[in-house]
Amino acid sequence: MSRHVLSLLVEDKPGLLTRVAGLFARRGFNIESLAVGHSEIEGLSRITVVVDVDELPLEQVTKQLNKLVNVIKIVELDPDASVQREHLLIKVKVEANTRSQILEAVTLFRARVVDVAPDALVVEVTGDSGKVQALLRMLEPYGIKEIAQSGLLAIGRGGKSITERVFKS
Amino acid sequence: MTADAAPTAPPRDPAAKNVMTGSGAILASLEKLGVTDVFGIPGGAIMPFYDELMSSTAIRHILTRHEQGAGHAAEGYAAASGRVGVAIATSGPGATNLVTAIADAYMDSVPLLAITGQVFSTSMGTDAFQEVDIVGITMPITKHSILVKKAEDVPAALAAAYHIASTGRPGPVLVDITKDAQQGQMTFSWPPKLDLPGYRPVTKAHGKQITAAAELILEAQRPVLYVGGGVVRAGAHRELLKLADRTGLPVVTTLMARGAFPDSHPHHLGMPGMHGTVPAVLALQESDLIVALGARFDDRVTGKVAEFAPHAKVVHVDIDPAEIGKIKHADVPIVGDLKDVLPELLDAYEAVAKKAKPDTDEWWVRLDQLKANYPLGYTDDPDDGLLAPQTVIERIGALSGPEAIYAAGVGQHQMWAAQFIKYERPNSWLNSGGAGTMGYSVPAAMGAKVAQPDRLVWAIDGDGCFQMTNQELATCTINDIPIKVAVINNSSLGMVRQWQSLFYDGRHSFTDLNTGHMNATEQTRMVPDFVKLAEAYGALGIRVTKPEEIDPAIKLAIETNDRPVVIDFIVSRDAMVWPMVPQGVGNSQVQYARDLAPTWEEE
Repeated sequence: MSRHVLSLLVEDKPGLLTRVAGLFARRGFNIESLAVGHSEIEGLSRITVVVDVDELPLEQVTKQLNKLVNVIKIVELDPDASVQREHLLIKVKVEANTRSQILEAVTLFRARVVDVAPDALVVEVTGDSGKVQALLRMLEPYGIKEIAQSGLLAIGRGGKSITERVFKS
Repeated sequence: MTADAAPTAPPRDPAAKNVMTGSGAILASLEKLGVTDVFGIPGGAIMPFYDELMSSTAIRHILTRHEQGAGHAAEGYAAASGRVGVAIATSGPGATNLVTAIADAYMDSVPLLAITGQVFSTSMGTDAFQEVDIVGITMPITKHSILVKKAEDVPAALAAAYHIASTGRPGPVLVDITKDAQQGQMTFSWPPKLDLPGYRPVTKAHGKQITAAAELILEAQRPVLYVGGGVVRAGAHRELLKLADRTGLPVVTTLMARGAFPDSHPHHLGMPGMHGTVPAVLALQESDLIVALGARFDDRVTGKVAEFAPHAKVVHVDIDPAEIGKIKHADVPIVGDLKDVLPELLDAYEAVAKKAKPDTDEWWVRLDQLKANYPLGYTDDPDDGLLAPQTVIERIGALSGPEAIYAAGVGQHQMWAAQFIKYERPNSWLNSGGAGTMGYSVPAAMGAKVAQPDRLVWAIDGDGCFQMTNQELATCTINDIPIKVAVINNSSLGMVRQWQSLFYDGRHSFTDLNTGHMNATEQTRMVPDFVKLAEAYGALGIRVTKPEEIDPAIKLAIETNDRPVVIDFIVSRDAMVWPMVPQGVGNSQVQYARDLAPTWEEE
């Protein structure tokens, strides 16, 4: 199995997400993460989906997704030619004697503290999977109380745009 | 106020005559789309539309007795004519009763437009009376679906649905319309703008690939044209005939493609697959080039995929890119419409064939030998003294001819009908190939007869299948749709029984239906009595138990056109479908008859 990042340009129609997710489920493909949001064009959304499949099944995934009437374009983003980011909110337990160590780790990872309570901090971090995982490992010993995580977001490097490519043709 | 503004009639709005309800817009849209026949059943959430439909002179509505019947009728209508079939149901159970037919149409790429009523948009999500999320339920089995909650969206939704159902790889499209959308006011204009940026079926193939395919055909020593239902849906049978004639390639036609290539053609090896002919099965298996045309390497054709046609290169032509490489790697993938691709392929072949001629003589020696040694056959006098089902089906085909339409149910009778009726034209053979839906036959035959009223239409059905949808006989009688039903009555779920006999030590677990005879002397309970059932529905019922009664009964059925006909053929339950490739093994294990394998050429 290998990890692939797909960027989908889709029409913002009710049930679209169900169609995409249902297709993955029905064809037996694993979704590792899924992130949906508006695109730069009104009425169109962008889905970034991370799938864990081999090369050949990936071709099937792409072809089947392409058959969905509301899916306009699918591009696989090469990790070397794209920027890929995760966004995490981490609630970590603090005590008087650990607070400064935690704050130091937060600074080291260029993360931010977004909420402070006597017994906990909420840390916000953005980065690639490696960085995010490393920070989590650092914070783990102090006691992680809760995590909220976005799906992976990705965009191609350089001046080219998927949307431009679609609407030029 | 000045004198100029004296009260007069308000200025006439040019669009005023086009102000109508959403229901009116459904009807107007269907009429504009050229729909002339629809099948359905009214109910609460679709009543506003039915009120409009009552006054239509352009559209004939046929009231079925079950929504599944409406769905299969629309499928049969589409399969017999190539037009879009339309089925209508109300919300909730009306809609869920369409689900089997929608799934069936999805598997067999049938252009089907399903229109369902939905509860008021304000009630959706509240578990309202007769509310189901039919768009959600049918998502995995439709090509597309659209929920309409506003009257003004009706024309665009129906136009898009019709377009999607009938273009590219055809398939079922569902349009679910809320009751308030049906009741709301809107201004109708036609044609609506089709806004489908994500729907662009590829029809024009890549020239380079076509040349590559032509070269492979020329080089091949053991090539086969593997013809699937796509040829029928594309209406590309003439183009196929030309290609086969000019290249001299052998042809096999799958269950979905029976009729796409004439059975009388000397290059035709018959049907491949689990119950295919030995020449067709082994031609694919021993080939060095498979040219797949609108076929999808279904497991019933390939057997164990890893052992399927191990020496074959594959040229795969399909309008659906997702079919190419799904099961079997394609050395030359061609995405396009067969109607366009086949002539291009022939041109390319003739261009390369100027330089050299294909060398298939040895291949034909082998194939002709297989054809001579392993023709389709059966025992025509079963030990139990009952009729041979194959004889019955063969006689129906012989007496009715290739211009008739044959709609089969699913099971043994379906396979025999695929084997022993000779098909010469596309759209003459209708069946549920992918989904294997028992109960398809009677309503599909009814739909076919509506689409092609001048043709003789047979439902070749089993006693199990017939009991699933025979209520549509009432629809046929009332609406003057005189189909002929041949019930191949072996008093059991025959195909399951055959598997039990072969693979489950003869333990016939729950496959006895008690509708016929044990043997020539012993009668089981006959529940129901199909002759009485036919009569109860206003059809002519005939029972046939002796060989000499077969032809007269078929002839009487053909001559009777003032009502439907049901012939109850009491046949042997021990008859089996042969040849057979047992499930889960390679196609080289094909058995001509029980424990009888043909000579397999070792490589």
